[in-house]
Amino acid sequence: MTRSPATRPVPVLALGDVLLVTLQGELRDEAAEQLRYDIVRRIGAGPSPVGGVVIDVSGVETVDSFLGRVLAEIAGSARLLATRTVLSGMRPAVAITLVELGLMLPGLVTALDVESALSLLKDTPSQTLPGHPAHPAFTEEGA
Amino acid sequence: MQVAEHDAASEVPQRLGGFLERRREQIAQRWADATLFRTVFIVSRGEAVEACEAVVDALAEVARTGRLEDIEATGFAAVREQLGRMSASRARAGSSPSQIAGEVAGLREPVIALLDAEFADPGDEQAHACRLALTVLMGTLRLVVMETAVSAGEELIARQRHQLLEVATPVIRLWDGVVAVPLIGTLDSARSQTVMESLLEAIVDQRARFAILDITGVPTVDSLVAQHLMKTVAAARLMGAECIVSGIRPAIAQTIVQLGIDLGSIITRAGLADALAYALGRQGIVVSPAPAAGAIPR
Repeated sequence: MTRSPATRPVPVLALGDVLLVTLQGELRDEAAEQLRYDIVRRIGAGPSPVGGVVIDVSGVETVDSFLGRVLAEIAGSARLLATRTVLSGMRPAVAITLVELGLMLPGLVTALDVESALSLLKDTPSQTLPGHPAHPAFTEEGA
Repeated sequence: MQVAEHDAASEVPQRLGGFLERRREQIAQRWADATLFRTVFIVSRGEAVEACEAVVDALAEVARTGRLEDIEATGFAAVREQLGRMSASRARAGSSPSQIAGEVAGLREPVIALLDAEFADPGDEQAHACRLALTVLMGTLRLVVMETAVSAGEELIARQRHQLLEVATPVIRLWDGVVAVPLIGTLDSARSQTVMESLLEAIVDQRARFAILDITGVPTVDSLVAQHLMKTVAAARLMGAECIVSGIRPAIAQTIVQLGIDLGSIITRAGLADALAYALGRQGIVVSPAPAAGAIPR
């Protein structure tokens, strides 16, 4: 399959020991898969240990159930690799849509914006970050 | 003979129109003393007469076109304009729709009296036909006024409903990074949606880390409302803000438990003050009383 501009990989930036991913516009399913692969690979095989992953979705207009699942899976995989994931900058409309769909993303830690996500990662020791559920896998809670 | 009768039948509306135009002044003068016009135009009688004349003109126009029973007749547009505003002001003053209808019906008597004076013999067939046509026309007028009054009432209700939705859900900034919505009154789906949207917008605008939903003023919580509250809390969490529900009354707490709704994942506090204290504490802010708590000397 040829890679059209719409499915080009999302860049994963390293900011100190934090990986920063900024999602823009609509993310195609293949790109989301690729992103999950990229992040997990960087955590596992990166040159230096990764202290956290920040996924900024402030530029995203719509999040569908597939992307919601991929985000939860990224967080779950990262946790298995002893790294925390923070989702930042979700717009109200996107949050409402996700909640209406019953996708509460229970395993994800969230923050208002990239700045507070970074300070959240910096200030809290890795074991005490709030929001970690008992069950790390993606679950759909009843709406 | 038949042709003549047919002519007479189509002649009646024309004749009525002619009569209305001729007697415009007299009718207007009499109507200006009727309850409907007198109570609306209390400042000047001249104004009332002018309004009456406009209505008579409109009726004459309708009569000329012969559509005596048609409330969509073009002539009635002017009537809607004039009498609609008047009936609205009467309604605001506390008149019931049937009272307004009665007042409009009261306009018929003076015109009938004038019409009878037109004919030498009031028992004559022509006079009878004209009186019948005029009665029909006045009946249609009453219908037009009622229709206008009712639709004006509906507009008012729709506008007020919209205003209520807007006014009843203020989002207050309690502290740096702490916003609160004090909910008052019954929550329904539309209101819950407005609350959710304005709270989430406020979280973005104020960069709020804590959002407090205070339901002290909510009389009842059913499963639907509880569900909306949980959705709001979940959406706020997705955006990175922590949501606290405060002010759940004992009776409501019992209902929620009886309904089997699990609010376990939601942070709750007894009152707005407790919720604020929790939010401040989580931010590491400590509020201590001032050293001297006495009255300030004058």
